[in-house]
Amino acid sequence: MKARDLTELAGRNLREALLRNSLTTLGIAVGVASLVAMLSLGVGLQELASKRLSRSGLFDAVFVSSRMNQRGFGRPTRPDPANASPAKPLDEQARQKIAGLANVVEVYPEIRFPTEIQFEGKPFSTTVAGIPASAKSDGAFDGMKGAFFSGPNVDEAILQIEFAKDLSTQPDSLIGKNLTLRYAERQPLPPEPSAGKSKTGANGKTPPLQETDLSPGFSIVPREKIFRIVGVVETEPATGFGGFGRGRLLIPLQVAETLRIAQANDLREILRGTSSKGNYDSLTVRVKGPSQVKSVEDAIQSQGFTTFSLLDATKSLRQVFAVFDLLLGIFGSLALAVASLGIINTLVMAILERRREIGILKALGAADRDIRRLFFAEAGVMGLLGGILGVALGWLIGSALTFGTNVYLRRQELPPIDLSSIPWWMVAGAIGFSVLVSLAAGIYPASRAAKLNPVEALRYE
Amino acid sequence: MTGTIDEIAIRTDAVSRSYQMGDALVRAVDDVSIAIRSKEFVALLGSSGSGKSTLLNLMAGLDRPTSGAIFARGRNLAEMSSEDLAQHRSHTVGMVFQSFNLLPRMTLEENVELPLRLAEVERNDRAGRVREAVERVRLAARLTHRPSELSGGEQQRAALARALVNRPTILLADEPTGNLDSATGDAILHLLQEINESLGMTIVMVTHDHDRAARFAHRIVTMADGKLTSDGTKS
Repeated sequence: MKARDLTELAGRNLREALLRNSLTTLGIAVGVASLVAMLSLGVGLQELASKRLSRSGLFDAVFVSSRMNQRGFGRPTRPDPANASPAKPLDEQARQKIAGLANVVEVYPEIRFPTEIQFEGKPFSTTVAGIPASAKSDGAFDGMKGAFFSGPNVDEAILQIEFAKDLSTQPDSLIGKNLTLRYAERQPLPPEPSAGKSKTGANGKTPPLQETDLSPGFSIVPREKIFRIVGVVETEPATGFGGFGRGRLLIPLQVAETLRIAQANDLREILRGTSSKGNYDSLTVRVKGPSQVKSVEDAIQSQGFTTFSLLDATKSLRQVFAVFDLLLGIFGSLALAVASLGIINTLVMAILERRREIGILKALGAADRDIRRLFFAEAGVMGLLGGILGVALGWLIGSALTFGTNVYLRRQELPPIDLSSIPWWMVAGAIGFSVLVSLAAGIYPASRAAKLNPVEALRYE
Repeated sequence: MTGTIDEIAIRTDAVSRSYQMGDALVRAVDDVSIAIRSKEFVALLGSSGSGKSTLLNLMAGLDRPTSGAIFARGRNLAEMSSEDLAQHRSHTVGMVFQSFNLLPRMTLEENVELPLRLAEVERNDRAGRVREAVERVRLAARLTHRPSELSGGEQQRAALARALVNRPTILLADEPTGNLDSATGDAILHLLQEINESLGMTIVMVTHDHDRAARFAHRIVTMADGKLTSDGTKS
């Protein structure tokens, strides 16, 4: 029998015992719905955590320092055969080279410095941090009061709420007001005839200093710059490696770079005679995704720099979620397993009821294969319909859970979240799984129907 | 339909069919050899339990003999696979039953179309063949009716149309008038006779009605206790 005829006959048979077949299909749908709801919660929570973590910039970032500095970030570096490569200064040239690596989204230095601001005539001590434009999508800025920087080169500032409270009892009222940033600008001194040559050896050690080797150094000049407050953020956005030393006053990174702030490593650079080159203390390298961190890290290490990432932390996180999803999937599948018993029951009952019909079909020329396929088709159609209905039901359950959770979160004055997520692969997978389970449930009834003796079946009343 | 009256449409060679019922072995058909020629109208006569329906089922390929051979179109049904037997039932024989065996949820048209679906006949050809079969049994006006809306005679005519639709060479009828009144039964037998004469179709009809067998069949074969007891061609 051709597939179209088979489907038509199966559809007709299913319509005949409409109530029973509908209830069986509903059973499958409930099973699929429980599976979809469970998995959508797992995936939703995973996506939520991944989004937050990736937005935090910790898991898709490689932190780079020069091997000329002591032990990088104070952590043991990963063993790397490329360590044999000579240490290099972390300067603009190195930054450009790293930025040119595959899968690197952006490379920016860490600029954070303690300073003082003037607001409405009063001085306030604070820590200023440069924030890259990419941080706009950072989860830390979700729900902020006001707006993110209008551009990468604007003299705008975002205040951390605690600092904003220091400035005013009504932090929201600060938006639109100006503050004056007072900072120490580093101005390189004119080069001396014998200065400006790097004396750093290939092993990264600096030879003993002689009078003639001293770099010209720099002078510190106090400066002021006016910034307009555009936003107040309640969280503490990570402002560099590991988020240590949180910034209380955030300004665009490009603006921070132009300020030529005197940084802690400047004194070291003077002693090395590299202060005029503007070396970076460290760089943050943002890669396309956590999976590319390892390759980028290796590439940077091979260039002679020390790196650090939280790659291992993401691995264990993904492992935890994989186990979580598996457990949710197993619990969800239990309902589908129970539903498959319903299919077996329905089809076995159908064989008893349609015994004579099977005999007639065989007398008219139906092969065992036709009868088997007919019952398979009926099981498959129930599985398909149950799967589609189940996905819809699962989506409804997930939406209801998300709605309920968000009502609770709103009461707690917290931003809403997407608790459940049903990606296309889950829709296709759930329907496919439902059809597969239904077909598996149909194996026994279908083969039993196919084996019916037509003479006995025709005698059946 | 092909063949002349001298060609053998179906032949059984020492065919037996026995069943185990508890400790007893029941020989429903016992060493029966019979050759039915093309275009012949044969009545298999016998009392209840004589083995005539079992022999008909063996000829139809619905059942397999315990021993012996059944030849149709040169092939031994006893040695065929179940797939080949299904092909035999689909293309070589058409069956009519005492209880009509129409599918109640299908219309007359759908019932008649069913063997065409099973034989994988192209959809475009089906409507014409259904109409042809239904017109032959004079039921064209009842195409959209379900079996429950038809009289007994009409249901048997519908079953006859269904048996004819695949254009088989042999029509096997198991007590086709058993559930009909005498006039309707006669009408069905007239129809069978007409089909036999106009289409040249071989008909093997199981009946226990000797008078009707004598009136309509060319040849009467009687059975008792699973054996052939007489085989006579009318003069």
